[in-house]
Amino acid sequence: MTEIEPELSLDLLRAGDRNELARLVEAYSPSIYRLASRMLGNAQDAEDVLQTTFLKVFKALADFEGRSSLSTWIYRIAANEALMMMRRKQPAYSLDEEVEDEEGGTYQPKEMADWSALPEAQLLDVEAQKQLDRAIQTLPAKLRSVFLLRDVEGLSIRETAEALSLTETNVKTRLLRARLFLREQLSAYYTEKMALEK
Amino acid sequence: MIHTHENGITCQDLLLNLSSYIDGDLEESMCEELKRHMEGCQNCRVVFDTTTRTIYLYQSRIERDEIPPEVRERLYSKLNLDDFLKTKA
Repeated sequence: MTEIEPELSLDLLRAGDRNELARLVEAYSPSIYRLASRMLGNAQDAEDVLQTTFLKVFKALADFEGRSSLSTWIYRIAANEALMMMRRKQPAYSLDEEVEDEEGGTYQPKEMADWSALPEAQLLDVEAQKQLDRAIQTLPAKLRSVFLLRDVEGLSIRETAEALSLTETNVKTRLLRARLFLREQLSAYYTEKMALEK
Repeated sequence: MIHTHENGITCQDLLLNLSSYIDGDLEESMCEELKRHMEGCQNCRVVFDTTTRTIYLYQSRIERDEIPPEVRERLYSKLNLDDFLKTKA
């Protein structure tokens, strides 16, 4: 979840104060690494995005106008870097075509087993954790970025929209689709797990 | 999943409002109507419960992620901040 935004001095950051820059890196690098890892599903790519993000942040700090919060601005740079990395790695893969029927028909849930009361130790055992990781990698990237920023990093709808250059309505639509998509994947997995244990 | 509660809320209405309901972004009167719908609709109750659980599981899973120490070291080195590496508690 989102770390509490530390009290950083924008003046010192803009002036290139190394102590303040180190505090900024300490505060935001865990979140940015987490976001990049889950966006890309690859440790090396995540590290590249982490480094490039902070290099760009350092370079652009002097021009940061504070129209959004510092954290949203950093997330925005990181999300852009991650999406560019995806395009580089999979040039044939079009992010623009990925989300179809954006405002159209509603996604219909199919899996109706109730696994929500399973004990947490079972829901998050080693095998289940792998399933969670697999499921999020099958989530279309445009939905994944919204889910990660909103539900995992705890940004508001407005902040997520700012970070991804989307309208708030688009964020809400994608968030619903992402949540239902992951619910469906986990439901299929836990339903099978419950059946095997009977 | 086709079900209309006597108060007029359908399963489709619930689905469309599910995210906002989970996030607490709906008017109180709408929340009450959705709650009443779920009392009489097992499928919608399951979708709501398993969706909130899904979000919780991802939060629990991913917040355990940490930067490997060597990745942190290389980042600080790349940013010429090596001398601050030892400051972490």
